[in-house]
Amino acid sequence: MLQSISLSKHDWSLHRKGPADQARHAEKVKEAIKGNLANIISQEAIITSDGNRIVKVPIKSLELPRFRYEFRKKQQVGQGEGDSGVGDVLNPGQKGQGKGKQAGDQPGIDYYEAEITIEELAGLLFEDLGLPNLQRKLGAEVEGAGIRYNDIHKVGIMSNLDKKRTIMENIRRNALTGHVPVFQKVRQEDLRFRTWNPDVQRETNAVVIAMRDVSASMGEFEKYITRSFYFWMVRFLRSKYNNVRIVFITHHTEAKEVDEETFFKLGESGGTKVSSAYKLALDIIKMRYDPESWNIYPFHFSDGDNWGDGDNKLCVELVNKLIETCNIFGYGEIQESRHSSPSTLMSAFLSIQNERFIPVTIADKADVYPSLRKFFARREG
Amino acid sequence: MQVDIEFRDLEEAAEKIWDIALKVGLDPYPTHFEIVPASIMYEFGAYGLPGRFAHWTHGKAYHRLRTMYDYGLSKIYELVINSNPCYAFLLEGNSPLQNKLVIAHVLAHCDFFKNNAYFAPTSRQMVETASNNADRIRRYEFLHGKLEVEEFLDAVLSIQEHVDPDVFIKRNKAEENKVRPERQTPYDDLFGLEKGLTEKPDNKQEKFPLSPEKDLLLFIAENAAHLQDWQRDIIYIVRNEMLYFVPQMQTKIMNEGWASFWHARILRELDLTEAEYVEFASLHSSVLSPSKTEVNPYYIGMKIFEDIEKRWNEPSDEERRAFGRKGGEGRQKILDVREVDNDVSFLRTYLTKHLVEDLDLYIYKLEGEEWKIVEKDWEKIRDMLVASMTNFGSPVIMVEDADWNRNRELYLKHSYEGMELDIEYAEKTLRYVHKLWGRAVHLETIVDSSNVVLTFDGEKNTIKRNS
Repeated sequence: MLQSISLSKHDWSLHRKGPADQARHAEKVKEAIKGNLANIISQEAIITSDGNRIVKVPIKSLELPRFRYEFRKKQQVGQGEGDSGVGDVLNPGQKGQGKGKQAGDQPGIDYYEAEITIEELAGLLFEDLGLPNLQRKLGAEVEGAGIRYNDIHKVGIMSNLDKKRTIMENIRRNALTGHVPVFQKVRQEDLRFRTWNPDVQRETNAVVIAMRDVSASMGEFEKYITRSFYFWMVRFLRSKYNNVRIVFITHHTEAKEVDEETFFKLGESGGTKVSSAYKLALDIIKMRYDPESWNIYPFHFSDGDNWGDGDNKLCVELVNKLIETCNIFGYGEIQESRHSSPSTLMSAFLSIQNERFIPVTIADKADVYPSLRKFFARREG
Repeated sequence: MQVDIEFRDLEEAAEKIWDIALKVGLDPYPTHFEIVPASIMYEFGAYGLPGRFAHWTHGKAYHRLRTMYDYGLSKIYELVINSNPCYAFLLEGNSPLQNKLVIAHVLAHCDFFKNNAYFAPTSRQMVETASNNADRIRRYEFLHGKLEVEEFLDAVLSIQEHVDPDVFIKRNKAEENKVRPERQTPYDDLFGLEKGLTEKPDNKQEKFPLSPEKDLLLFIAENAAHLQDWQRDIIYIVRNEMLYFVPQMQTKIMNEGWASFWHARILRELDLTEAEYVEFASLHSSVLSPSKTEVNPYYIGMKIFEDIEKRWNEPSDEERRAFGRKGGEGRQKILDVREVDNDVSFLRTYLTKHLVEDLDLYIYKLEGEEWKIVEKDWEKIRDMLVASMTNFGSPVIMVEDADWNRNRELYLKHSYEGMELDIEYAEKTLRYVHKLWGRAVHLETIVDSSNVVLTFDGEKNTIKRNS
């Protein structure tokens, strides 16, 4: 029995309890993120990131509820430096909730900055999404630069001798002659060599034709929605195809192909003639992206403020033409106010009876996720 | 071998500190110190006990402590377990002086565990018990599924503070069939003592429980109809561990004050070099630094003990006359206080006007968007502090009726004493209570001066004014 005081030091390196429960907590954090994806994915910090970075997403701290006092109505005791007086403000400048104390054991709204990579987030996001109407295309077989050791030959150079197989062959031959199956008397015919083949990969290709209305009516909010939408769509397609290209088309009364930077610049001016963009899209498909070997995904974002019924009719025709060759055609109408009624263009589109044509209305940042889900819900081709 | 020399030096210092501690009148349990790396220190800190059962809330606490340590925001120098012998942990990489201070500090904690009356009923084999509990829970995970056990633990832990450390004092089987006469005045429970109990009238429709129960965990474990054995066992485990921690929550200020008081005294008895003395002074003052938004238990506790010692060593003429203090009794007095008080009685009795002003304490609250000082009157400050310690800072929730609506619904009542509940949290917690009780649960409380009842019926939360 210990009588007074003693001291020791052991090796604790195999002790793992804390990290195991920490991992369970992290798992629950991830579940919480998943439940809140709609709000998380349209955050500016994420869609302007370079894609590999770790992003921090604020989620409400996971906490077991308990019976506790309302901290906003509670009085507490603190300690000054000798000169405190009634009316003094603690922590001036630090307004609102929380008191900058240890998070967790003090009430207040406790936010936890969960760290997650864009890849992980994309994994959660796309977990149960699929490519609609996926078709096997004639992919080019591209001979890659690499080689792979994936074959066995009976002749070869000694440095490539596969010892294990050679021994097996020898034992097998000995066994076949009625001897005890042992390894002995290696002959030339037992030798096996590893050999290589050139690395051949099948390329699967997809092209996104991103069309955007840049007429005067399209503002900062519309730009933001378009951008976050394309950010996730491209990420999603890359997870399914080796090679995803994007063609950017802007239009007002005329359409033109532009680079990415121009595409996301603010609206120009003038009226809107949507059909011009669809025509250009059809031309580009015809010239550069043969539907025999490309999966084609045209998407168009607009506020639906089109130039008259004549053009609307033309649009319907062109869309019908596009969906003959494309996997899906997505039309996103961005309306900042939920209360406005569908545009004339949307009304015209509603006559299209083809499940490859997918119209959505986006009124809020949080609508981006549901519309992605609508576009990429698993369905039969 | 530098490390071996350091280890031997520390052993020597530890023995010297032990001798000094006994000489000044401390009476600790034998104490074993183990030097551990940061990951282990923070794990024990997060779990409260080594080897305690696994749960994600422990993982979260561990992660937070680890992160704060990794960023250099906070450091745990020591950790001590109330057991016999006491186990204490020193952080690997502490400087020799830090270790000396920590050892002195820990020995005063061990003295407190051994001698304070509130610790008398605690198990001194809790490390073994907790690790057996963890084994049982692991077995339940194996039998019933990890998620099932985790979700049940979530529910139990959400009401873990609702235990009654005094439950066995009140319980008396022989009295269970008797009732106290109906109260006429608030003091009837005192006057009624000699009158005794009356036989309970048979014909009256019985209320269950007969008188309100404070121990929610025990009540549910004993009376919830649908629980399986393993579930009841988990409730008893959590309750048992909570009862072990309650005295530590009831004596936080005293215990830390006591340890800080003695580490300073003991270190002055050691022959420190000048450099060590400077290091000691800076460490000591960082431990005792006050906070604007809460009272630092180390600081306020130590100040009160110092003040008591001084007032009993050199009583004023009035104190000599009025209380018959002879002077020179300081040491004996503080030893007595550490034996019989808890934070509530300690603050109520010994936090004087002089101390409140000297420590510059105040009451603050949220006004609009700013935290403002609203009170400097010393008695109000003392009473507020005492009130915030009552029931170790948790609201008191009583089981009023377990057969509410004649439908075995559970009716709880918050003993409102001026502080309102966080309604959002209360509603979420009721969902967990429902999971444990198995039928609708109600909670009566006060919101904005009106009496309301929160209900969770298994599908949705409702709140209504109590008529």
